[in-house]
Amino acid sequence: MENDNVIIVRHLSKHFGNFKAVDNISFEVKKGEVFGFLGANGAGKTTAMKMLCALSKPTSGSAFVAGYDISTNPNKIKARIGYMSQKFSLYEDLSVFENIKLFGGIYGMKRKDIENNANILLERLEMTEERNTMVKSLPLGWKQKLAFSVAVFHQPQIVFLDEPTGGVDPITRRRFWEMICETAATGITVFVTTHYMDEAEYCNRVSLMVDGQIAALDTPNALKTQFNVQSMEEVFFQIAGKAKRGEGL
Amino acid sequence: MVIKYLIEKEFKQMFRNKFIPKLIIAFPFIALIILPMAANMEVKNVNLVVIDNDHSSFSQQITQRLAANPSMTLYGMCQTYEQALHLVEESKVDVIVIIKNDLEKELSIAMALNGQVSLGKDDAKIFVAANSVNSVKGTMGAMYVVNIISNFLTEQQHNLQQTQSPLEISSFYAFNPRLEYKYFMVPALMVMILTIICGFLPALNIVGEKESGNIEQINVTPVKRFTFILSKLIPYWIVGTIVISIGFFVAWLIYGIVPLGNFLTIYVLSWLFILCVSGMGLLISNYFNTYQKAMFIMFFLLMILLLMSGMFTPFSSMPVWGQYIGRLSPLKYYIESMRAIYLKGSTFLDLMPQICSLITILLVLNTWAIFSYHKKK
Repeated sequence: MENDNVIIVRHLSKHFGNFKAVDNISFEVKKGEVFGFLGANGAGKTTAMKMLCALSKPTSGSAFVAGYDISTNPNKIKARIGYMSQKFSLYEDLSVFENIKLFGGIYGMKRKDIENNANILLERLEMTEERNTMVKSLPLGWKQKLAFSVAVFHQPQIVFLDEPTGGVDPITRRRFWEMICETAATGITVFVTTHYMDEAEYCNRVSLMVDGQIAALDTPNALKTQFNVQSMEEVFFQIAGKAKRGEGL
Repeated sequence: MVIKYLIEKEFKQMFRNKFIPKLIIAFPFIALIILPMAANMEVKNVNLVVIDNDHSSFSQQITQRLAANPSMTLYGMCQTYEQALHLVEESKVDVIVIIKNDLEKELSIAMALNGQVSLGKDDAKIFVAANSVNSVKGTMGAMYVVNIISNFLTEQQHNLQQTQSPLEISSFYAFNPRLEYKYFMVPALMVMILTIICGFLPALNIVGEKESGNIEQINVTPVKRFTFILSKLIPYWIVGTIVISIGFFVAWLIYGIVPLGNFLTIYVLSWLFILCVSGMGLLISNYFNTYQKAMFIMFFLLMILLLMSGMFTPFSSMPVWGQYIGRLSPLKYYIESMRAIYLKGSTFLDLMPQICSLITILLVLNTWAIFSYHKKK
């Protein structure tokens, strides 16, 4: 069932001089899956994710995202993915609707579709009244929800989330993960990095990166059984504890 | 069209900014109204002190003549050179004029003989000393004083001899007959306005997006880099064109300065120049990731570009190595062309050398900018 895989990674590496940020990783992500991409700081998660978003070129190996090769078809991939960075990155001096309209327009949506879908989206987010509010005056939790909604507004095949819930309160985090699961149910694949191990439990499958390599990859339950522990937190300690690299990538 | 959305966004952000729209309107007014009136190179208020050792009617006439000149202020009379020098040290006086004794007598004899008077040398009868701490004021002031005295002497000579002097010097200043500083400066100030609005503001805007992380979000979209950059530049090109148009209007309104050449020439040259400075700005935004670094390098560049481009000082009086550096600056060619169009009414044909240089610079800068941008991490 090769067709079901929306991300296929084969022996992907990225070196900076002698430093192997990503060292020969291989994995697949299925359509509609919530895939947790875990690892300690400096393990190479962000570097790997940047390659999959066609932001940086691999040193060796190959990867296919949404059916296209990251080395030869970066723009085809970019049109088919959504991305939400760990740094809030909507325009603060544009209103809620203007941000939605801008990114909808960038992805080539029709003006009429933008208008209609934006109204539906704002209603779902319960932000209809904030339509013309400048984004900078929204609370952080709302901003994150909005950023996520904008990232999937153009109906991408895959959405990449880079530590989306940093600095957000537990209630908003839960609400955020409900949104993620709802999104995955519509067939959009979610590729998410996080440091919260309780969030890892929501994922269909998780991979754990250590020193640029994938040290473990399975469903959260299988990993817990394998390491004979109760929570993903303990799995993380057992695997990431062996890391030789510290922070500072 | 994706670029429509991006340009719409730029304009919204620009006009929502509390500072930029005001800057855009205020800048040409401030630059054109205040600067040429206040900061100019004409020397006024030269303070002078006279040491009159001759005490003749002749020396008094000279003193009166100096005091009557609108650029001069007679601070007073002194008995000794030391006293006068003391006044210079206290910055009360810029120029000292010393009239030695026997001036009248010797002068009459000298004039009767060959009509020559020497000024400024040690053995001369009139000695002029200038304070050169402010070298422009000092040297220009001294020159004025020498001019006034020699004019006076020539007149006296005519009166005495009732004949024409064998050699008469008269000067005619072409294109700017009254040597008005503002005719010279107004076209040049437009250059500065364009450099900042079309070169530096878009660069800072791009660096700002890098700093806020927004550019990362744009990079993962299918927006082509070229489109993104164009969407940054176009609004500033439009604004720049509007601002210099305001500038032309202000120059006419306040100084009555109208270009002798035509506006088509002005706008074509302006656009070539705008493309040059935009390329320069893009280069800066490619190499520097923070506002602080970008601002610093811009100040540095602006200083060098302005000082080496012949805006404030004559280009041809720079040393040869300085002229080589100055030739790399697009400002030099634009300033030259603007002054030529405004004061001489030059046409495209006259400005061919400047046009070619601007095109060369704009091709080099923009090619470099595109290549340095495409270099992926």
